[in-house]
Amino acid sequence: MNYRVNEKGYYGDFGGAYIPEMLYPNIEDLRTCYLDIINSPIFQIEYQDLLKNYVGRPSPLYHAERLSKRYGATIYLKREDLNHTGAHKINNTIGQIILAERLGKKRIIAETGAGQHGVATATVCALKGLECVIYMGEVDIKRQAPNVARMKMMGATVIPATSGSKTLKDATNEAMRDWINNPVDTHYIIGSVVGPHPYPEMVSLFQSVISEETKTQLFSQTGSSQPDYVLACVGGGSNAMGMFYHFLDDENVQLIAAEAAGLGVNSGHSAATSILGREGVLHGSRTILMQTDDGQVIEPYSISAGLDYPGIGPQHAHLHKVKRVKYVAITDDEAMQACMLCSKLEGIIPAIETGHALAALENIAFKKTDVAVICLSGRGDKDLDTFMNYFKL
Amino acid sequence: MNTLQQLFQRKQNNILSVYYTAGYPKLAATLPIAQALELAGADFLEIGFPYSDPLADGPVIQKSSEEAIANGMTLNVLFEQLKSIRPSVKIPILLMGYANPMLQYGVENFCKKAAEVGVDGVIVPDLPLHEYEEFYKPYFEDNGLSNIFLITPQTSEARIRKIDDLSNGFIYMLSSSATTGKSLNTSDDISAYYQRVKNMNLKNKLIIGFGISDNASFVRANQYASGAIVGSAFVKTLAGKHDYLAHIDAFVKGIKEGV
Repeated sequence: MNYRVNEKGYYGDFGGAYIPEMLYPNIEDLRTCYLDIINSPIFQIEYQDLLKNYVGRPSPLYHAERLSKRYGATIYLKREDLNHTGAHKINNTIGQIILAERLGKKRIIAETGAGQHGVATATVCALKGLECVIYMGEVDIKRQAPNVARMKMMGATVIPATSGSKTLKDATNEAMRDWINNPVDTHYIIGSVVGPHPYPEMVSLFQSVISEETKTQLFSQTGSSQPDYVLACVGGGSNAMGMFYHFLDDENVQLIAAEAAGLGVNSGHSAATSILGREGVLHGSRTILMQTDDGQVIEPYSISAGLDYPGIGPQHAHLHKVKRVKYVAITDDEAMQACMLCSKLEGIIPAIETGHALAALENIAFKKTDVAVICLSGRGDKDLDTFMNYFKL
Repeated sequence: MNTLQQLFQRKQNNILSVYYTAGYPKLAATLPIAQALELAGADFLEIGFPYSDPLADGPVIQKSSEEAIANGMTLNVLFEQLKSIRPSVKIPILLMGYANPMLQYGVENFCKKAAEVGVDGVIVPDLPLHEYEEFYKPYFEDNGLSNIFLITPQTSEARIRKIDDLSNGFIYMLSSSATTGKSLNTSDDISAYYQRVKNMNLKNKLIIGFGISDNASFVRANQYASGAIVGSAFVKTLAGKHDYLAHIDAFVKGIKEGV
């Protein structure tokens, strides 16, 4: 089975570039040169240097003993929360900012949900001295205030998206509209494995460092580079794609992606796209999305601002359709309890997004010899308000 | 030959097309607005089928789309309404909207239905050229529908030629790379772009859209193209008025004649 993108920009039935003509020159420019740029020695030298000395990679692969004991298996946490800016998002923004420089772009735009991608983008723009404009849903600006402050401190302009549900989907719309209006000097750093080809492929390539390191680290710690389970949470799906990337062809490794079920899959307040979605076009690619019979996009809901996206990246849609990855739905409550458990047992406060992946451990019938790796995609500092309200802390 | 192609045989310049969102400001407004626009002197119509996430549109059409959806507009409702549009409206009619609602309806079904009710063509900004060619072209052709493509100042000459080859109605020439509802770009660069495309002697007529909002911008566009399209400015005229139909005549005359 082939899980990779083909020369037309498709993963099976999904992907492509469903974009207005206004974006065609930019996307075409990117499509024809991104691989040459990324594979060039001059790019790689700078990229690797920044990952090591600025981001702090490789991120540790930590054997979580107390979680292991609780679940009766050997559990490792891939500590993306220890990256500079506190999440996996920076792996991608570092790559894309160097790319944008090579493309001669002077202005950077990005969308953000939880604010982690916005912070990661503002960070690399400060690093490179480029103008930075971040679109963020009005609702998310309220629930992720510390991240908004971080972006501003690093010189970014944060523009509220006030249309629709005023969350990630709408911020993405606004960023795309900005790009349409500023086609020449601007590069759009998409934060997830979504959007028109080549974005899903490019972002997963930058995030694939997660699974690349995991394999090496797991080998040195266990003598095998292949665990039994690999788990990650999915909104658009970038940390999951990075975590799965080098395991896709290892068919004996079970890949599990945790989606946000919100108040429950059938509650009408959910973001469990793989269950609730149907095939269609969202933000420039053919994928699975939550929509009405008439093709109107349904507003998603999740307690976590990073997972309430009505679609999933096209490669996830493909991996779901061919059943290479198992998609499970985790409710708000399950994710919150998993965050508390991880904090209590390991002294690690994860992001609520990550809590969804941790909660998926509950539903696996582990054998004692099983090894599971979870992508600890981000830290929970940004979610303290939500934790305080939820747990009455 | 559909009525759109007939129009271009008959009329070579000062063609005015007006865009509006179906189901806005009232669900039942689709037909009365079409009739009023024809009476007022519009040469053809673009009826928008609303989408929740209109990427190429500015705030005015975003809002009209949102309200139209809230009013209950769907493709099923629209085709039901359009059943009786012919022959009460005789000018060419295009449907304009985004790929996802059309894909959910089924592109083949959509094209059949559109032809059945007397639609001449379709504009879907996010249905790309190669997808159209590879998957959908026969559906449009079998039903005699013109598919209209957009070009911008950044579109390469080779691509414009290709679009010209694939087009059988007109080429929708954007006044700049922009979302709808921005003011007209009047820089020298833009005049050079208009002139450059004009000099290509394309087989299809050029109609300029995006940023046409008054007589001055209409006249200017017609120096380089066969006509122009007004969208946001018209939708704005309908907004918040109970007697919106009463304003249509003055709006159209204002654009065409500056009165």
